[in-house]
Amino acid sequence: MRHLLSAADLDAAAAVRVLDVAEEMAATQRREIKKLPTLRGRTVVNLFFEDSTRTRTSFEAAAKRLSADVINFSAKGSSVSKGESLKDTALTLEAMGADAVVVRHGASGAPHRLAHAGWTRGAVVNAGDGTHEHPTQALLDAYTMRKHLRGGTGDLAGVRVVVVGDVLHSRVARSNVLLLHTLGAHVTLVAPPTLLPVGVQAWPCAVSHHLDAALADVAPDAVMMLRVQAERMDAAQGGFFPSAREYSRRYGLGRERLAALGERTIVMHPGPMNRGLEISADAADSARSTIVEQVGNGVAVRMAVLYLLLAGELPGGHA
Amino acid sequence: MSAAQDQAHPPEQGRVLLEGADVQRAVTRIAHELLESNKGADDLVLLGIPRRGVPLARRLARRLGEVEGSHVPAGALDITMYRDDLRRHPTRELSPTELPPGGIDDKVVVLVDDVLYSGRTIRAALDALNDFGRPRVVRLAVLVDRGHRELPIRADHVGKNLPTSSSERVRVLLEELDGRDAVVITPGGTPGGTGGGAR
Amino acid sequence: MSTTTLIRGARPLGGAPTDLLLRDGAIAAVGQGLSAEEGADVVDAAGLVALPGLVDLHTHLREPGREDAETVESGTRAAALGGYTSVFAMANTFPVADTAGVVEQVQRLGEAAGHVDVRPVGAVTVGLRGEQLAELGAMADSAARVRVFSDDGHCVSDAVLMRRALEYVKAFDGVIAQHAQEPRLTEGAQMNEGTVSAVLGLRGWPSVAEEAVIARDVLLADHVGSRLHVCHLSTAGSVEIVRWAKARGVRVTAEVTPHHLLLTDELVRGYDPVYKVNPPLRTQADVEAVREGLADGTIDVVATDHAPHPLEAKDCEWAAAAMGMTGLETALSVVQHAMVDTGLLDWAQVADRMSAAPARIGRLDGHGRPLEAGSPANLVLLDPAARWEVDPAAMATAGRNSPFRGMQLPGRVVATYLRGRATVAGSRLTGSAGA
Repeated sequence: MRHLLSAADLDAAAAVRVLDVAEEMAATQRREIKKLPTLRGRTVVNLFFEDSTRTRTSFEAAAKRLSADVINFSAKGSSVSKGESLKDTALTLEAMGADAVVVRHGASGAPHRLAHAGWTRGAVVNAGDGTHEHPTQALLDAYTMRKHLRGGTGDLAGVRVVVVGDVLHSRVARSNVLLLHTLGAHVTLVAPPTLLPVGVQAWPCAVSHHLDAALADVAPDAVMMLRVQAERMDAAQGGFFPSAREYSRRYGLGRERLAALGERTIVMHPGPMNRGLEISADAADSARSTIVEQVGNGVAVRMAVLYLLLAGELPGGHA
Repeated sequence: MSAAQDQAHPPEQGRVLLEGADVQRAVTRIAHELLESNKGADDLVLLGIPRRGVPLARRLARRLGEVEGSHVPAGALDITMYRDDLRRHPTRELSPTELPPGGIDDKVVVLVDDVLYSGRTIRAALDALNDFGRPRVVRLAVLVDRGHRELPIRADHVGKNLPTSSSERVRVLLEELDGRDAVVITPGGTPGGTGGGAR
Repeated sequence: MSTTTLIRGARPLGGAPTDLLLRDGAIAAVGQGLSAEEGADVVDAAGLVALPGLVDLHTHLREPGREDAETVESGTRAAALGGYTSVFAMANTFPVADTAGVVEQVQRLGEAAGHVDVRPVGAVTVGLRGEQLAELGAMADSAARVRVFSDDGHCVSDAVLMRRALEYVKAFDGVIAQHAQEPRLTEGAQMNEGTVSAVLGLRGWPSVAEEAVIARDVLLADHVGSRLHVCHLSTAGSVEIVRWAKARGVRVTAEVTPHHLLLTDELVRGYDPVYKVNPPLRTQADVEAVREGLADGTIDVVATDHAPHPLEAKDCEWAAAAMGMTGLETALSVVQHAMVDTGLLDWAQVADRMSAAPARIGRLDGHGRPLEAGSPANLVLLDPAARWEVDPAAMATAGRNSPFRGMQLPGRVVATYLRGRATVAGSRLTGSAGA
C-alpha cells in the first residue's frame, strides 16, 4: 500500500489486515503510556482545506501516539485560486519533507492529484474529498461493526447493513459501500431517489426508497444514518426534498423505528449529527448507539493506516 | 510475512545442530538455572518475544512449574513498534502483547527469545518493557546465542552457544509452530534471510 | 518563389494515384503524367492521400485577451500542421467578438499570420450573457463578413432569444451555432452523469441537458424556417434527435469533435483534468452512436473545438480545472483512427465531413471544393500509413492539454497548401507566411 485514496484500494486481505493492526493499536491505547516510538523521525502533515476538527484531531492523535512529527496545515480561506494553492501547498510540504500527507479537500479527487501529479513523494491519505470518499471513516465503521458483531476478528461476511440518507453527497457512503462489500457484508442504501446518484445501480449494494420496509426486510445488524443538510431542500441547493419535516418522517431514525430494530442491531452515525433531522436524540443516545465509540476507534484505525503506510521500507528502497 | 519467508527457505537444506530432545534439554537447563539464580520461582514473569520466543516462554513456564510445583506466569511482548530497523524492511506484522494479570511492576521479568544475535531486538524489548511498568530485575534467556552483538547486551541464560559466521542463517523450529523441534544452520548467500539475521 | 507546384502520384480522396498541378493559387490540372514548366516545385506524393484543405468550424484561438493560452499566430500554425486551410474562430475572447470591431480585428490577425484563412464567429448575444442580441447585422456586414454566430461556451438558453436569433440571421443567410447545455441541469457539473460520476463523486452532467436544448432548438428552427447548427454533439440521444429533425426536413446541421469520437468518461477515473471538457466525455455507447451518426450523415461535420489552456489551468484538482482540449494537430489522425481504419468512412466522406460540409455551413468561399481543375489550390497531403506518438510538447499550439498525449495515432499530415502555397511541407511549417 503506497497511498490510501479510496476504499477500493483495499482488497479483502488488506482490509482485514488494517483492522487487525487497528486491534493491536487499540490495545496499546489501553495502556497507561499510550505513545509508541514507531514513527519517530517521520513527518505527517495534516493538510486540511476544509474545516473538520474531529477528523483532523483524530489523525493528529494517531500520528502523535506513534511519535511522528505532526504539522497541521490549514489551507482553508486562502485567497489564491484553489487549484494553484493545492499544487503550491504540495510543493511546500514536499520541501518540508513530509513522509505522509493527510488531506481533506472540498474537491473530489484532490488526493488523487496530490498522489499522482508528481507534486509530492509522501504517502497520501484521503481524509475526505468532496463527495467522493472517506476511506478511514469506512475503516473505522467496519472496525466498529466487527467489534460488535464479529468479536473483533476476521471479515464481515454476512453482516447486513442499512445505510440511510444523503448518499448522493456522502463520501462516507461511497467508501462504506465499497469496503463493506469487500469485507463480505450486504449493504442496502435507503434514500429518496433525489439523494441517490444516477449510476448507483452499478454499486455493489441494494437500493431502497422505503426505510420501514428496508428495516423490516433486511433485519439489519447495523443501521448507519448519514448526515443530511437541511439546506438541501432549498431550490438553490438543488431542492432535493420538500421539507426537513417530511425528510425526518420518511427517512429519520426516531423512537418508533429505533424500537422496531432487532435486539442486537447497532446504530451508527459518522457525525456530525443533525439531531432531530436524520436521527432523534433517543436513537443517538441509546445503548445500541456506537456513535461515541466510533470516534474513539478512529484513532486506532488511523494509527493502523499510518503504521502500514509509513513503518515499512521507503518507496524506492532507500532507508 | 515471516511465515512466507520461512517457507522460502526450507530448513532441510541446512545443518541440524540441535534436534528434538536436545531442545527440550536446553529448556530444562535454562529452567534450572533460572530457579537457581532467582532462588526459587517467586516473582518470576516470563515474557516471550514473538514469534518463537512466545512458545519457548510457555514451555519454560511449564517446566518451572513442574520443577518447583508453583505457577509461573508467561506472556508475550511484541516489540515490533519499538524496532529501530522498521524502515529497512517491508511493513512488519504486529503480534499481540499479553502481560500476565499480575503485571510486571516489581517482578523479575525474564525476556525469552529463540536466537540472540545483534542485540537490537532486546534493546527494543527493554524500551517496550519501559512503557508497561517497572520490573525489579530484567533477565534474558535465549535458546541460541550466535554471537555478533552490535549492542552491549548479553544473555543471562543460554541454551546453546553457537559460533556462526554472520553470513550464515540460524533457524529455530518449534513443535508448536513448525511441527518439530530443531536448530538449523544454513549457509549464507541467500538474500532476504533476515528472519534470524536481525535478532 | 515558384507559383507552380506539381504533385506527383497523390491519391485524391484515397483513389487511384494521379498528378495535380497547382498554378497561381488554383488547381490547374489533375491527371496522370502531367508536366510542369522549368522551375516548378515537384513533389513526390507517392502513397499520400490528397484531400481538400480541412475547414474547422469550431476553433478557439483565444486572441484577443487570452494570449497566455493561444494566439492567432500559434493557433493557425497548429491548424496548418493539422491539414487545415481555414478555421472559424469562436467568439469567447476578451473582449467578446460581439461587435464588428472585434471580428475585424480577428480577421486581420488571421491575415497577418497567413497560415490559414481565419473566419471569425460572432457572438449571438452581447458579452455572451444571453440577455440581448449582439449586433449580428453589423458583424455580417463588416469586412469579416460573419455568417456563423455562436455563444459557444454558453448556451443561448432563453427560448425567445434563441428564436429571435434564428430568425434575425436569415436576413444575411447566417446560422446560429448552438452550444446545447441546459444551464440549470448542469450547475456545477463536472463530468458525464452515469456510473463513473457516481463512483468518483463528481457532479453529473446529464445527457438530457444537451438533448433537451437540441430538441427545443430543432423545433424552433423548424417553426421559423431558419438554419441551426448544433455544436459538439456528444450523446446518442442527440444523434437521434438530429436524425429525426433531418428526416422531418428541419434545416439543422451538427458537428462532433474528434475526442467525442474516441474517448469515454472512463478516462476521468484518474481525475486528470486533461480529460475535462465541455460537453463532457460520454460513454462507449455514445461514442458508437456519434460515429454511426457521422457515418450516415446525421452529423455533418467533424469540428475540433480546439480549446488550448495555459498549463496552470489543468495542473490542479479536477474541480478547479478549465474545460477544454486541444485538437487541431490531432483531428485528422483521430478521424482516420476512429472512422477510416474502422471502415465507417472512406476518404471522400472524410473530405466531406472535414472540408466541404463545414465550408458550406459557414458560407466559406474557396474552401471545401472538389480536387479538380479550377478549384482553389487548398489541399492537404496525408500519409495514411504513418504512425506517430502524440507529444503535446512538440505541438505548435500553445496549449499542452491534448487528451491524446502518448497515444499512437495513424496518419501524418505531410503538406498543406493554401491557395497553392505550401504552409506545411515535409510535415513542418514552411516558416514565413507572407500572404
